[in-house]
Amino acid sequence: MVPIEISGVTLTYDTPSGKVPGVKDISVAIKPSEFVCIVGPSGCGKSTLLNMIAGFLTPAEGEIRIDGKKVDGHGLDRGMVFQDFAQLFPWRTALGNVCFGLEMKGVPKDEREKIAREQLRLVKLEKFCSSYPHHMSGGMQQRVAIARALAYNPSVLLMDEPFAALDALTRDDMQRLLADVWRETRKTVIYVTHNVSEAVYLADRVLVMSPHPGTVKIDLPVTLPRPRDPLSIEFIEHQKILLDHLGHAAGGGAQTQHA
Amino acid sequence: MDDRTRSLIRGGVSIVCVAALYEIVARSGHFSPALMPTLPTIARTLIASIADGTMIWHAAFTLYRVMVGFVLAIAVGVPLGIAMARFPRVENFCLPLISALMPIPSFSLVPLFMLWFGIGNTTTILIVLYAATFSVVFNTWSGVRAVNPLWLRAAGAMGADERRLFWKVIIPGASPFIITGMRQAFLRSWIAVVGAEMIAASDWGLGWVIFDAKEFLNTDIMLAALIVIGAIGYVFERLVFGSIERATVQRWGMVRAAKG
Repeated sequence: MVPIEISGVTLTYDTPSGKVPGVKDISVAIKPSEFVCIVGPSGCGKSTLLNMIAGFLTPAEGEIRIDGKKVDGHGLDRGMVFQDFAQLFPWRTALGNVCFGLEMKGVPKDEREKIAREQLRLVKLEKFCSSYPHHMSGGMQQRVAIARALAYNPSVLLMDEPFAALDALTRDDMQRLLADVWRETRKTVIYVTHNVSEAVYLADRVLVMSPHPGTVKIDLPVTLPRPRDPLSIEFIEHQKILLDHLGHAAGGGAQTQHA
Repeated sequence: MDDRTRSLIRGGVSIVCVAALYEIVARSGHFSPALMPTLPTIARTLIASIADGTMIWHAAFTLYRVMVGFVLAIAVGVPLGIAMARFPRVENFCLPLISALMPIPSFSLVPLFMLWFGIGNTTTILIVLYAATFSVVFNTWSGVRAVNPLWLRAAGAMGADERRLFWKVIIPGASPFIITGMRQAFLRSWIAVVGAEMIAASDWGLGWVIFDAKEFLNTDIMLAALIVIGAIGYVFERLVFGSIERATVQRWGMVRAAKG
């Protein structure tokens, strides 16, 4: 939907033991409706970068522009999905959760409920509008979170390892669902993960980050036709390339990434 | 048989056991019947005092004092607890005060309040207020601090401003603690009011009934009043606060259901 330009972004963390570089001099240009995955070992700054795009963190140097507008705090042009299931408001039903952003926007009740129902249908939860989050499985809760982030129609969807806490089977379903949702909505998506096959399945483009300090090591386009077959030779080839890069990025410690 | 009936029966069994034990001691002749009346005597006194309306009036006076004090405590305590959690200055100012004042038994203030405010409603209500406020403040303060930061982040990302963050996220997010605070506060008020009425009330109130009955060795009236005190406390604790909890935080899965 809109382009994102990240130019020369640097951030350092102040910790009791001194300044720790978070990310250093990252420049990336993301095209409208592009699905970008950021992968890398823990501590490479991938979440830091996402949080800067979300506006939760402010870069010390450089700037991020979404559709030409400089990011300054959070805004309704971005929707955010976190890893933790607890991101939903437990005192609101699925519908109530999805309505929240629209409520903040001042959309009248009837209209926002109509939109929210539509979003819940998109994530195949139309039957669970009046369920509370604690009656839903982790996968369902994450789908509500996706619907909630899409409901107020942001042009960018930011996702921080949204499926990392799910079991493998549910995760496969969710990846398929997200690919469908993306095809239907054509949002620009920035998706942080440490799961290589997830990145190859979802992304148009994968950014591999390396730590100390966090930089983008390689920018790999994935041009496989969709829907993608995780068992095809090409898919596995892509995974292998990524794993090789990650092996370097993590200093040979990428074996854990296979798990 | 559903869970509700089963828990009622279980509650009934424990009460019957204790009542039977009391009856055995009362009939053993260890105490004179005037000092330890049997259950049928107490029951007759209780029914008679309810029938002629006196017990109901006493209970009404006591409830009135508790309710006014309790509502005032919530009106003061909830905003103060929230302010403490949100503004470090308020916290720094109030926390030492609360730590110093909270351990003082409200009952020990009764003589002082009597001298300042005389005998009657003002003193008893203020004692209730004192007894109840700290639980509300303390729990609200803890509750706001325990609000999941992820909710604030998510709400912020969806464009919630400070005011709506407060009403739509912080208050419901802190509600399990706030309700617990109210529950504790009510119990403390209920204990405090009876104590306060014993010496700082005249003519009406369940505490006053007990203290007055002592003068005439009317142990049956004392015990009847105690039963009323226990019953009303039970109704509020289990039925009123229990239902509030079931309708809110339990339904939302923020606390698990009580067993039994």
